[in-house]
Amino acid sequence: MTDVPQDVRNELVFHPMDQFIVKPLFGDGPVHWYTPTNVTLWLAICVAAIFFMMVIGTRGRAVIPSRAQSIAELAYGFIHKMVEDVAGKDGLKFFPYIFTLFMFIVFSNFLGLLPRAFTTTSHIAVTGVLALLVFVTVTVVGFVKNGAGFLGLFWVSSAPLALRPILALIEVISYFVRPVSHSIRLAGNMMAGHAVMKVFAAFAPLILFSGVGIAVTPLSIIAIAAMYGLEVLVAFIQAYVFTILTCVYLKDALHPAH
Amino acid sequence: MQGDIVQMGAYIGAGLACMGMGGSAIGVGNVAGNFLSGALRNPSAAAGQTATLFIGIAFAEALGIFSFLVALLLMFAV
Repeated sequence: MTDVPQDVRNELVFHPMDQFIVKPLFGDGPVHWYTPTNVTLWLAICVAAIFFMMVIGTRGRAVIPSRAQSIAELAYGFIHKMVEDVAGKDGLKFFPYIFTLFMFIVFSNFLGLLPRAFTTTSHIAVTGVLALLVFVTVTVVGFVKNGAGFLGLFWVSSAPLALRPILALIEVISYFVRPVSHSIRLAGNMMAGHAVMKVFAAFAPLILFSGVGIAVTPLSIIAIAAMYGLEVLVAFIQAYVFTILTCVYLKDALHPAH
Repeated sequence: MQGDIVQMGAYIGAGLACMGMGGSAIGVGNVAGNFLSGALRNPSAAAGQTATLFIGIAFAEALGIFSFLVALLLMFAV
């Protein structure tokens, strides 16, 4: 413990939640709404990456697609099929919106996995706006398409009459919890995974400080690698889940009858 | 660590909130296990139901994430 200089130890000791702090990009001033921060930077990188793949990558419009073009086509076909299967044919009008959501989330999730990167989707502010937008869109679409008939979503006509008011109450509550669970699921998954990796990362330099490190350091390095593999999977699955739940909510809005 | 009982309560609560993880683990395991047993009985129908599988997992997992959120709120917001 004593043979390591104090400044090295301060360098190595960090809090697992430090990675989620929003910092100004230049200097150390206070963060206003117009301050360029690390969040702004990574959101911009995300948009630029999507632009390069979807616009520059498919510019050739080749019959035999290049690598970027085939990935873009694969993603397009995947989401198109998902919207068609889950939301139905008339849900395809919303395909551009849902595809935008999916690309944005999947790119932010994967960019956040780069070392030293900032995971924008780990912040409830980012996912909350996405989920609220879905919620407002679905509610507006439901009322525009079905008028007052949209309220039939809460009136379960297949249930016995005595139970319907109670079920209606439960349905209303679960309808308004949707944006909360929709946003927290994504943010919580990303935050939890990255925090676990950082916890193991905090154990990794233990070999510099004490004898226990001989056992702990290799174990935690293996654990980081394993968690990273899991996080690659989670990054995709959470984007998929967010998108498919959007499709499910959209289906409710388009066909509210139970 | 100078007899701050609110802090102590918050930390104990954050630890207790981790029990929610077990609940969501049971839920996710149930969904995946039942999907697998159904898929093995009728493999041809399994491919069409993977979307349902993921929706089910997402709903079960969300409640585990809520307990994580409660722990975080206790650690950093209380």
